[in-house]
Amino acid sequence: MSRSPVIVGVADAPTRERGRALPGATVLSIQRDAAGEALSQAGLTMRDVDGLAVAGMWGMPGPGAMQPVLLTEYLGLEWPRYLDGTNVGGAAFVLHAGRAAEAIRSGQAETVLIVYGSLQKSQAARALGGRPAMFSNQWDIPAGLPLPVGAYAMAAQRHAHVYGSTRETLAEIAAATRAWAALNPAAAFREPMTVDDVLGARMIASPLGRYDCCLVTDGGGAVVMTTEERARDLRTPPVHVLGHGASASHASIAHMPDMAKLEVAEQSSRRAYAMAGRCPAEIDLAMLYDSFTITVLMTLEALGLCGYGEGKEFVRGGRTAPGGAFPVNTNGGGLSYCHPGMYGLFTIIEACRQLWGLAGERQVEGVRTAICHGTGGVLSSGATLILSTENG
Amino acid sequence: MTYDKPVPAIDAESEPYWTGAREGRLMIQRCGRTGRCFLYSRRLAPGVDGTDIRWIEAKGTGVVYSFTVCHAPAGPAFRDETPYVVACVELDEGARIVSNLMTDDIEAVHIGQRVEAFFDRVSEDLTIPKFRPAG
Repeated sequence: MSRSPVIVGVADAPTRERGRALPGATVLSIQRDAAGEALSQAGLTMRDVDGLAVAGMWGMPGPGAMQPVLLTEYLGLEWPRYLDGTNVGGAAFVLHAGRAAEAIRSGQAETVLIVYGSLQKSQAARALGGRPAMFSNQWDIPAGLPLPVGAYAMAAQRHAHVYGSTRETLAEIAAATRAWAALNPAAAFREPMTVDDVLGARMIASPLGRYDCCLVTDGGGAVVMTTEERARDLRTPPVHVLGHGASASHASIAHMPDMAKLEVAEQSSRRAYAMAGRCPAEIDLAMLYDSFTITVLMTLEALGLCGYGEGKEFVRGGRTAPGGAFPVNTNGGGLSYCHPGMYGLFTIIEACRQLWGLAGERQVEGVRTAICHGTGGVLSSGATLILSTENG
Repeated sequence: MTYDKPVPAIDAESEPYWTGAREGRLMIQRCGRTGRCFLYSRRLAPGVDGTDIRWIEAKGTGVVYSFTVCHAPAGPAFRDETPYVVACVELDEGARIVSNLMTDDIEAVHIGQRVEAFFDRVSEDLTIPKFRPAG
């Protein structure tokens, strides 16, 4: 088992007020700094990195079409032998970690760096609504469907129709997530927020209001993976990658097979659970991409943490908030901590901190096994990771 | 008056839909082997593979599968129209289309509502099939 894949370092880029990058930062320097911090946490340097995974919206059109190449140049990596630039939206980094795990296990790579950076807030660059009405978007974009929020709103509407979830259900998720953010000094929004605050906010695309939607911030992060054997000489106890899975279904929301079920997450997590030899009842912490509150509700159900239609009971009364029965998104999530556009990497960063016991005021006692799930596009792609302090 | 909203990037595989719309016909695709209907994605019509695909004219009636009322516009061109409804309509033949549901009674819009297509000629070159409550 010495080549078992493990995570040995993580970092998120520091930001200032409301999630702006520090002065002088570039989208590349954010990634370099996060990478450096994650490597030094483990006691590694950039010289040890022989594998690189990256995805993002930066540098496009242009050199961003080849992000692994540009970052190899910028970081000064020497002949990396493993490269991954797969972009499946915000799920990308969770997918990267799964693939990196297999590359490490098979000996294709020894130490893989997964990085992400974005200056979408300070550069006012989030213009997804301006994307061309091509391919399956020939219908929704000309109709004025605001993307991505309008697509998630349609799923929320369908979920409410089929399973009886309500705006209060969704508001519970936003309020619980904010309560976690209040315990995270790095979170962009930490002021208390109640269910009534969420319900009273202006409507964006029904049934989703302002606080059902993720933030728009800058940010970045890095995760370092290597073998269990190499980790013996490193500073951090290893976090074991026990299982992973990924899938995709549709690009336009019109073609989501069942708009009330996140089947892509069911598919990816089923494989991850099987590989890990774990079942949902053995999960202590869920880090779920919360692009919108509805994403969390649908992901909880699809991962089997509760049954389809049971999510509204699962989150009721602050069950996922600090002190609740089941911790979800303890960093404050994309809803209140940060959301630089493709958030998936932060699910891994926080899960590791919780598993290491390094989560400060928000530390959950007894976290041994965590599930991370990234969702990309308009509920389009999914990637799952099961992490544990124990191997096997 | 120029049309300033986003227009579809019509390609060889969607051209029959948009040409049909200009002629007042709602066109969808049908698999010659399984008889299943779809539009552009085969995902919702399991078993539709191969190339025996024909374009047929749909009746233009269906139900609201889901919808959202947009209070924040998808860009400046939609600003004057808020709140407006974007719906995913499931046609009686089985294909799904996302388009606008035009109605004076937004409060009454609901999943399962019967709707019918009409053809909105938004410019000389472009006619967009839209929906309204079935009369």
